[in-house]
Amino acid sequence: MSVDSLFTQPGLYGVTGALAIGIGVYGLIVRPHLVRKIIAVNMVGSGVFLLFGAVADRAAPGPGGDPVPHAMIITGIVVALSATALAATLTLRLSRETGRTALPPEPEDPAVQDKES
Amino acid sequence: MPGVVWGPDVGSGLLALAVVLPVAGALLILPLGRHAERVPHLLFMAGLVLATAIAYHVWIGGVLTAAIGGWPAPLGIVLRADGLSAVMLLTTALVLVPVGIFAAGEFQPRTADGRESRAGLLFWPLMMGVWAGLNGTFLSNDLFNIYVALELLTLAAVPLVTLEGKAGTLAAALRYLLFALLGSLLYMLGAALLYGTHGTLDLTLLADRVRDDASALIAAALMTAGLLAKTAMFPLHLWLPPAHGGAPAAASAILSALVVKASFYLVVRLWFDLFPSLLDDTGATVLGLFGAAAILSGSVLALRQARLKLLVAYSTLAQLGYLFLMFPLAGGGTEAQPWTAGAWSGGIFHAVSHAFAKASLFLGAGILVQGIGHDRIADLRGAARSLPMVIAAFGLSGLSLMGLPPSGGFIAKWLLLTTAMASGRWGWAVVMFAGGLLAATYVFRVLNRAMATPEQPLRLVQPVHQSRQLAVLFLALVSVLLGLVPAIPFELLQIGGGLSTVEGFR
Repeated sequence: MSVDSLFTQPGLYGVTGALAIGIGVYGLIVRPHLVRKIIAVNMVGSGVFLLFGAVADRAAPGPGGDPVPHAMIITGIVVALSATALAATLTLRLSRETGRTALPPEPEDPAVQDKES
Repeated sequence: MPGVVWGPDVGSGLLALAVVLPVAGALLILPLGRHAERVPHLLFMAGLVLATAIAYHVWIGGVLTAAIGGWPAPLGIVLRADGLSAVMLLTTALVLVPVGIFAAGEFQPRTADGRESRAGLLFWPLMMGVWAGLNGTFLSNDLFNIYVALELLTLAAVPLVTLEGKAGTLAAALRYLLFALLGSLLYMLGAALLYGTHGTLDLTLLADRVRDDASALIAAALMTAGLLAKTAMFPLHLWLPPAHGGAPAAASAILSALVVKASFYLVVRLWFDLFPSLLDDTGATVLGLFGAAAILSGSVLALRQARLKLLVAYSTLAQLGYLFLMFPLAGGGTEAQPWTAGAWSGGIFHAVSHAFAKASLFLGAGILVQGIGHDRIADLRGAARSLPMVIAAFGLSGLSLMGLPPSGGFIAKWLLLTTAMASGRWGWAVVMFAGGLLAATYVFRVLNRAMATPEQPLRLVQPVHQSRQLAVLFLALVSVLLGLVPAIPFELLQIGGGLSTVEGFR
């Protein structure tokens, strides 16, 4: 791929998508706050959708493009919306019940082990 | 559509029905509310009949395909059932029926005073969602459709973990959800790259077009990493024990027995059917090393648990490890070897027999919690006397975990072991022996306690209904019976499979 192809429209979409995925994965791993983690997952998702859009344009350049990736992006957005709603609800419940907005650093949290003893 | 169901190809109608039935069930149970008591059981029974019919069709007539709505690939979405799909479908249905019977003792849409119970009702549509996701994953022949099925599976499985509303399970569910979401996004990224290169997502068409090049390798690596996170394979496994150990017993059984197997099934599909030429020695060895690390670390951690449910959850980590030993043993650039088919069948057979054994173990732990009020292993004295059926089932399922005859787990591990020895790769064999010994240690640790005579007789805090105990025993018996009649599932498994299933790898 030559440098020029980066400055075409699909090229820009692709690079932006890749950047968004990178930032999202970084945020998901590094940021402890759950709301940030949820946003990070959505960043990754948006990046993947952008890449899919670039793919659609490359397959059939011009207005409209290849409709199959478009259909997938729409399905993907619906799935991402439901997943975000579920994650946000769980985060709200967690902060209401325990006052925390981050996951405990170790998954073998005593909360799970102690709850029955 | 009568044309699809009653037309000349009844078989393809059956495939569509296998996905429609659970979705329709979920939509039916919600509005029925407290009147839905019997509906899930009828649906599970219907599902078992349906899965048997599909398996029979595949057995007699070979691979079944159905182009939904009459649209063929690449534009339409094709459902496809070969021997592997049929076996997974049948396993799912056969686990769901007893788990449903067990769960009825805990989750009733109608409370004693005739009102609607929230958790009691919601459990069932979520189970239907998990079931739809599983069937969709096993039957889809399209990478994007599989993504949708996987997400449905996640979105139905995560709430099951928090159903009892305990604070401790919320963090576990969130961690599970975040791992699963990142996993599916990585998977979708891989699918997008494949679509960009080859212009189709249909597995059959893709298998012909995929070349042994960098873009395919990147796509395969991304998809595998995502699926490993969903399978809870080492090193992406930390979310599993709190989630599976904290969920209600019936939900844990489904999560550990079936849900993690769906993403494993896809890893197998990817590497053996879609990218067989990409699986070189290095890649296969890396997957195998992850599996070996999972076997050893999971077993050691299982040994150190104080609670039975967590012990069973850690044992899931270890047993999942065996599944990934099939990659170095059945794949990995070896020329068509007579033994590789054995490793492939052994891996799949392990997934199936572990499903029954682990469902039985989790349900058994649930009965102990109900019957004696806790599942602390140190205080299990006298449990064998008060709940003999449950402890017997624990022992029988334990056979599969240890890999002792006669059990499904024995056949599976024996196939993997003989492959390792026949090909002179002793390292894998040593790991399997060590895993078996460790499993024996943690199983006997529990059995020892449960069979010990208590100072004073153990009193049940709450009676356990006979049908719930029978469900546990039934699952354990199936896991043992699999070791006695292994020939039938093997022949079914090989129908429509890639080269690896029959004569090994090119």
